[in-house]
Amino acid sequence: MRFSDIKTHLRKFRVGIAGAGGLGSNCAVALAKCGVGTLVISDFDIIEESNINRQYYFTDQIGMLKTVALKENISRINPDVFVIIHQKRLDSHNIPEIFSGCNVVVEAFDSPEMKQMIIETVQLKMPRIPLVAGSGLAGWGKSEAIRYRKIDDTLYICGDESSEVSVDLPPMAPRVGMVANMQANVVVEILMKMK
Amino acid sequence: MKIMLNEREEIFGKEKISVSDMLLVKKFSFKMRIIKINEVLIARDKYDTTFIHDGDKVQMLYLMSGG
Repeated sequence: MRFSDIKTHLRKFRVGIAGAGGLGSNCAVALAKCGVGTLVISDFDIIEESNINRQYYFTDQIGMLKTVALKENISRINPDVFVIIHQKRLDSHNIPEIFSGCNVVVEAFDSPEMKQMIIETVQLKMPRIPLVAGSGLAGWGKSEAIRYRKIDDTLYICGDESSEVSVDLPPMAPRVGMVANMQANVVVEILMKMK
Repeated sequence: MKIMLNEREEIFGKEKISVSDMLLVKKFSFKMRIIKINEVLIARDKYDTTFIHDGDKVQMLYLMSGG
């Protein structure tokens, strides 16, 4: 299949991205480059200098809302993508509303509590909507440990499921990018099978 | 009873076991996780009252910080 045909197919779909940090910003950019029609991105954070080492932002965007900056960056990469942004703290009540109409949802939060919350919410309140989660990306090296697991048709997990972020094991661009792009790759695979 | 836990066969000397007891028996202490039984997600507050039976397919995944 030619890239132009792939792009035409992906244009029909809408993907939700919960969080616009290391996973969310890189995953969103990869999906935008592939030509996914609509991205719904939710985050309430502003860009800090410490984010630039792995998140898809630029130094002159420090202080901006991540959602606003990401929308701007995506429009410079692929202006055909329709980007809907929400500056909201996501919870089990607003997730089904914010991501309604999405064909796939990407979990791109930082804290394990929030990861658990969105997985439970999407699985219980948005039945049949596939969720692609990320877990385990801290540090460097151990490329072979990063994997993808399909739990079933509605839940996919990317990451090593073991390395936790800490002072001595910070999140770094290569591994964060590997997991973010793996999530995007799973999303593309799911969408390519959809009519 | 025999179940599949993350695609591996596990045998328990009981007819059924609650999700909480299974976590204790297997010494799975890490708190942040997702558990699905036969593709149905089990909410955190239902671990004591949800039972795993012979032949069930149990999937567990750990949630680590970082994103």
